[in-house]
Amino acid sequence: MKRTTAVFLAVLLFAAACDSGSGGGNTSSASVPGVTDTEVVVGTHMPLTGPAAAGYSKIAPATKAYFDFVNAGGGINGRKITYKIKDDGYNPATTQQVVRELVLQDKVFAILNGLGTPTHSGVLDFLKTNRVPDLFVASGSRSWNQPDKYPGTFGFNPDYTVEGKVLGTYVKENLAGKKACFLGQGDDFGKDSLAGIEKTLGPIADKQTYVTSNPNVGPQMGALKAAGCQVVLLATIPGFTALSIGTAAKIGFKPQFVVSNVGADPATVSKALGPAAALLEGVVAANYLPLTTDDASPWIQLFKKVNAQYNGGAEFDNNIVYGMAVAYLFVQSLQAAGKDLTRDGIIAAVQKNGFQGPGLVPLRFSDKDHSGYGGTQLTKIEGGKAVFFGQAYSTDDGDSPVQPYTGQAVTPPQNGIPAA
Amino acid sequence: MTGVLQKSPTRSGQTLARRRRRVPPLVPIILGALLVLALTYVLPPFRNYQLATVGAYFTVTAGLTVLTGLNGQLSLGHGALMATGAYTFALAQNRWLSMPLSVLAAILTTTLAGVVIGLAAARLRGPYLAGLTLAVAVVVPSVTSTFDETFNSDMGLSVALDPPPGVVPMEQWQAWLCWAGALVTAFLLATLVRGRFGRDLRAVRDDETAARLAGVHVARTQVIAFVVSAACAGLAGVLFAFLAQSVSPGAFPLTLSLFLVMAIVIGGLGRLVGALLGAVLLVALPALAQTASERSGSQHLEGNLALVIFGVVLVVVMLAAPGGLASIHTNFRRKR
Repeated sequence: MKRTTAVFLAVLLFAAACDSGSGGGNTSSASVPGVTDTEVVVGTHMPLTGPAAAGYSKIAPATKAYFDFVNAGGGINGRKITYKIKDDGYNPATTQQVVRELVLQDKVFAILNGLGTPTHSGVLDFLKTNRVPDLFVASGSRSWNQPDKYPGTFGFNPDYTVEGKVLGTYVKENLAGKKACFLGQGDDFGKDSLAGIEKTLGPIADKQTYVTSNPNVGPQMGALKAAGCQVVLLATIPGFTALSIGTAAKIGFKPQFVVSNVGADPATVSKALGPAAALLEGVVAANYLPLTTDDASPWIQLFKKVNAQYNGGAEFDNNIVYGMAVAYLFVQSLQAAGKDLTRDGIIAAVQKNGFQGPGLVPLRFSDKDHSGYGGTQLTKIEGGKAVFFGQAYSTDDGDSPVQPYTGQAVTPPQNGIPAA
Repeated sequence: MTGVLQKSPTRSGQTLARRRRRVPPLVPIILGALLVLALTYVLPPFRNYQLATVGAYFTVTAGLTVLTGLNGQLSLGHGALMATGAYTFALAQNRWLSMPLSVLAAILTTTLAGVVIGLAAARLRGPYLAGLTLAVAVVVPSVTSTFDETFNSDMGLSVALDPPPGVVPMEQWQAWLCWAGALVTAFLLATLVRGRFGRDLRAVRDDETAARLAGVHVARTQVIAFVVSAACAGLAGVLFAFLAQSVSPGAFPLTLSLFLVMAIVIGGLGRLVGALLGAVLLVALPALAQTASERSGSQHLEGNLALVIFGVVLVVVMLAAPGGLASIHTNFRRKR
């Protein structure tokens, strides 16, 4: 019994020891967690390891690089931005753990750009209970747009249904009469995407799903081949885009692939395909941010500069553009929320919207709508590079038609940091 | 409690056990409960959450150490049994939202699963038993994606929960419930292995033929041991679902089952104190790995470093104290 007591005491001491290491933050945050006169702390959960790490692991460092760039210019309202990145391995159970750590222990002001539909869905309730702003979730699930249920959660990507409607319209108009099939992730990502595609294209001939914990799509591609599909729409993360295209080639199946934006970064997918990267030629996808290959775009020039200076010159792909676009939007939100930064303040500022940034289409934020970009443009891979074709389209996740978007693109401010 | 669970072969251990036999298991349990209660008022929220996680792990390691340490059956499938409990709890909670009912349903379902696996297990020995239970652990993700209408594939289910009563903070409430579960489990197990059943367990572990000659029903003892430990795993699964407010196959991977076995071996096989130490390590080592990788500046280490640290700790402990951490104290005493 003496030993049992000793063990309990050891637990107590251990807990106390751990606490003394981390409890420093409590004293400085007077009323708003994570905010002092000189600093604002935000956190994120990202797949730095695991099945979704390919490509996505570059997003958070890019976001951080842009924040470092802003911090070097004096920060926002005198506050430097500290970005805490936690690895969840794209495992919803780990996400639970690291988000609790960010909120309860590191006392972050907000969660920014937490990545993944299955991962982030699990922490919505926790973030709501703790009244933590949950900004610009890195996924196109429609779950982020529930202002009544989750008043602090906002999306960023065009939701998968919007994207699906645009992709479906493309197939309907350009690949009419061909048999169109679908392979999607076995969660809301796949379901939302399919819903959008079927809204514009009508019922899909053959549908298959995969799970990220099982890296084999042989049976699915086999079934699609057997069904005689000529067009395959993919709602896949980059690793599985590569896997699907590679597997199809192996069994002599050569349909036209049409891929969701989140799984279509050419740099990431071709790296995964290795010597078979040529299979990507002609793949159609979508994007709503400037393309890395567009050197004329002032946004790409700005992001390339920041990438070289603050991100150690990491290979410049769409994930980096994405990460920096998120950072730019967060800095805009901080500016809009003003000097007296509060959690309610930043939510109100985001709802007020009016943000103009690198996006090709507008953000939809309002008090009734928390979904991100409202449209997208089609891309095609030519000579190993993605290029835009046609024009940008906008629509919603309901029944409104897919319409061309004609708004003018804006340029970034001279110093690269959004003004108040 | 520890005296009772003392492995019999050590000579000085036996005198030690005899000397301490008079302490009823209730005493350390009550002391533990008071200590946990006090801790939950002192610790900050995230530490309370970790404390609660230790409690949830202790619930399963306690059951597993009785099975493996006292009865000699190696199970690599306890993660799957936890998943059974967790999913049952989630489904029941989402339908009826009555915590006691859901907990009961979860434990019953897991017990039933334990009976099925236990019946098969009683016919198997050593590596074959490990193989069978391993298969159970591997099948969880496939089951959830095959029946994704019910289990929602990799995304899992969220668990509807009533808010904690009054003004009790969530994390404190979690720690209370988890430790209530853990301590009740520990008490029941300690009481169970104190008497005749405990002797039967050890007799079957040490020599099945001798046990049979002495009139012990070997197969029945093995099945009961498996069922008891499955019920503990079911309760632990409930506690995990309650902690995370969600269940997903990713929460119960094969590595969890392996970690559980490692934890009880490092802690000290066949002892509840060892199970407790193992549970503490299961929470502390990943946290340590994370801090270490954050300091080192390489983010990509984070997901992988915990495995390395666990392996190193296992090797070091096995070299330095083959009886596990819980045996260090005894050895030290004996040497003096």
